[in-house]
Amino acid sequence: MNLHDPRVPNVQPRTGTRRVPPTGIVARVSAIAIHAHALSKRFGDLIAVDAISFDVKKGESFGFLGPNGAGKTSTMRMIGATSPISGGELIVLGLNPDTDGPTLRSQLGVVPQENNLDEELTVHDNLMMYGRYFDMSRAEIRERIDELLDFVQLTEKRDSKIQALSGGMKRRVVIARGLINDPDLFILDEPTTGLDPQARHVLWDRLYRLKQRGVTLIITTHYMDEAEQLCDRVVVMDKGRIVAEGSPRALIDEYAPGEVVELRFPIGVLEEIGGQIQDLASRTEVLADRALVYTGDAEQTINTIRESSLEPETVLARRSTLEDVFLRLTGRSLVE
Amino acid sequence: MATPLSLRVVEAEARVYRRTWRGSVASSFLNPVLYMLAMGLGLGALVDANMPGGIDGVSYLTFLAPGILAANAMQTGATEGAWKVMGGIFWAKTWHARLASPISIEGLVLGHLLWSTGRVVMVSVIFAVVIAAFQVAPLFESLLAVGPAVLLGAAMVSATTAFTVRLKEQAGLPMFFRFVVLPMFLFSGAFFPISQLPNWLQPVALITPVYHGVELARSIVIGAPPAVTWWISTAYLAAWIVGFGLLCVKPLRKRLMP
Ligand SMILES: Nc1ncnc2c1ncn2[C@@H]1O[C@H](COP(=O)(O)OP(=O)(O)OP(=O)(O)O)[C@@H](O)[C@H]1O
Ligand SMILES: [Mg+2]
Repeated sequence: MNLHDPRVPNVQPRTGTRRVPPTGIVARVSAIAIHAHALSKRFGDLIAVDAISFDVKKGESFGFLGPNGAGKTSTMRMIGATSPISGGELIVLGLNPDTDGPTLRSQLGVVPQENNLDEELTVHDNLMMYGRYFDMSRAEIRERIDELLDFVQLTEKRDSKIQALSGGMKRRVVIARGLINDPDLFILDEPTTGLDPQARHVLWDRLYRLKQRGVTLIITTHYMDEAEQLCDRVVVMDKGRIVAEGSPRALIDEYAPGEVVELRFPIGVLEEIGGQIQDLASRTEVLADRALVYTGDAEQTINTIRESSLEPETVLARRSTLEDVFLRLTGRSLVE
Repeated sequence: MATPLSLRVVEAEARVYRRTWRGSVASSFLNPVLYMLAMGLGLGALVDANMPGGIDGVSYLTFLAPGILAANAMQTGATEGAWKVMGGIFWAKTWHARLASPISIEGLVLGHLLWSTGRVVMVSVIFAVVIAAFQVAPLFESLLAVGPAVLLGAAMVSATTAFTVRLKEQAGLPMFFRFVVLPMFLFSGAFFPISQLPNWLQPVALITPVYHGVELARSIVIGAPPAVTWWISTAYLAAWIVGFGLLCVKPLRKRLMP
């Protein structure tokens, strides 16, 4: 783990009382929000999380990427102290989730993958109810609700029933709910699934503000642009294991440097010409609907294709993104 | 920690209840009124005409009223322990949400049992008032009989919740009501003395919580000692409350915190 990642801004403690600058090993440990070592989760015979190790610094925003079933939610739930660990070591905000669950959860905010609001109650009542679980006073919660509804831009829906809201609005209520207790660590499991692009950008902005206030963010997402925008560091999980770790930039440089030429062919053609595509560059990928050619020089590659017998329907050159890293590390149609 | 936060669960349930309280209170009144009319004036008149000495020395309606007070508390307890739990863990999954807060499984269970028992209290007090209004029994005795009725209702909340949290499929609940709750309602001494049952069935009636709740409530209203010593029945119902309450914890943990 790179403790001196320049992408991680120097975060001030939120409480105003400035902490003594960290020295030595003890201080370094206290600057860690989550420490996981050989962390595992089993459901019967199924190994959902397979001995993963990672550390998340306080104030960092840390992403979990991976295909469906990779073990992201299972990991989130162990961190959130709503699922006991099956093996290894896990320390969250200095606490053991298995033995200090309630204390730990009082300091966490959670946006679960599945919305679980009370559909028959209003937005206000859902948030009020939730705040009360944290033993906050009603007056305190009322104030917080106003702030949070403003934060997620749902002020005018305060007294609407949940069932009358759109999917994206419900998602935003869940996000507001997760923040009711002013958490130090905010765990978001696919927070923007179902949000329109505008709402997504608003949420990115809000999460960025939280981060600036020193809140540690743990995010899973299937949107690579989101991970690039939000995360200081990401891990890519596949089949319960961590297959890569680093800042989005570093991962792109390592696994998908340079540019990508995307080729689309008429249906059925790709299977026949797969071999020919592989000859175009040292790294290519044939996906279900298109072929990707990784190259240092897109222009030259396009010329080579023009001169060859290949007849793609469309040709698109672009910079490589985290999406390419993801496909390379987890894609089923990976061609090496 | 578990205790104060379980009160927050009670508060949350009250907030949910507030949405439908009018209809709920109205039907809590209507229910006993319909029983008193149908069973008392209709069926009761017929029974009394054929039994000059009455049942246990009182009119059928006086015999019946504390019985249904208790059996109704049992039904209310079963309903609270069934559908609300089902909603919390299967449908809306609001119980999953609660557990992401500092509330523990134990606090969640305790809060649920407390609130549901509170519902039994509400329903039973209204029932007792209606009994008194129909001049079937004095108000004071009717209200005293709410005590054992609530004990029975709470026993049923615990038992039904313990059953529901173990269900793999929702279809189990209608079966539970058809094959457990309804027979207990009909055959545990509320409507007729269990001595009317075939001999082999009497011990079965004896181990149902309903029998003990009904006997206790009736003895208070009629003023005669119950068939089973009162403290044995009370202890038996208390054992159901605590025993099944504890049995809720493990499967719920397995389900909500896998
Ligand atoms: N409660 C459970 N009981 C049994 N198996 C489970 C349970 N929860 C998850 N699993 C299994 O564990 C594996 C990892 O699931 P998990 O939900 O962590 O994946 P994920 O990375 O979050 O996937 P997605 O992107 O689809 O949300 C899957 O094979 C899943 O079927
Ligand atoms: Mg998931």
